[in-house]
Amino acid sequence: MKLPVLLFAAAREIAGCETVELNVPEAATVGQARAALLQSLPVLAARGGILFWAVNNDYASDDRVLECTDIVACFPPVSGG
Amino acid sequence: MIELTQEPIDFASLTESVRSHQAGAVVLFLGTVREFTGEARTAWLEYEAFPEMAAAALQRLEVEVRRRFPIIELAMSHRYGRLALGDIAVAVAVSSPHRATAFEAGRWLIDTLKETVPIWKKEHYADGAAEWLHP
Repeated sequence: MKLPVLLFAAAREIAGCETVELNVPEAATVGQARAALLQSLPVLAARGGILFWAVNNDYASDDRVLECTDIVACFPPVSGG
Repeated sequence: MIELTQEPIDFASLTESVRSHQAGAVVLFLGTVREFTGEARTAWLEYEAFPEMAAAALQRLEVEVRRRFPIIELAMSHRYGRLALGDIAVAVAVSSPHRATAFEAGRWLIDTLKETVPIWKKEHYADGAAEWLHP
């Protein structure tokens, strides 16, 4: 399935785009999406550091199973305040 | 009152919104843009937000702080976009019957907000350099 992933902050700048569309198997996990993202954008693997994932506006761990309608985001540790 | 805004934060009305006859204590925390961090001189800050998730995360913080502390009211506002030296980036206000709870709940709120709400800070230095800050 096609899975758009929103990128923020340093991840967005390093990737050079706000959204990247990944191709992942049906019922892929966040872990599989992470691997697909780093494969399609090796620069993120090299310079991205720690990356968190969120699904439908909440943090998600690598074993979370994804649906094609999910809103998926990937970003570095937050630094607000 | 919970908001994510690109406008200056009105901390007076935010504080007023938590006042109540049930409360004997009101605590306000403001996070403001600092010029010097050690030797490094900041010129301005850029805050980026993931607005939809940040709004959801702030709502979850309200639920959790009320579960942990017997507070009366709370208010949180975080600004994003370009901020100048001295600008208010974040404001947290809490009211409770007695002061100990208001201080503890306010401390927990700002600490947890900084750890969980998807907002990022890019420091632009006076010497022209810029970097995303890590917590």
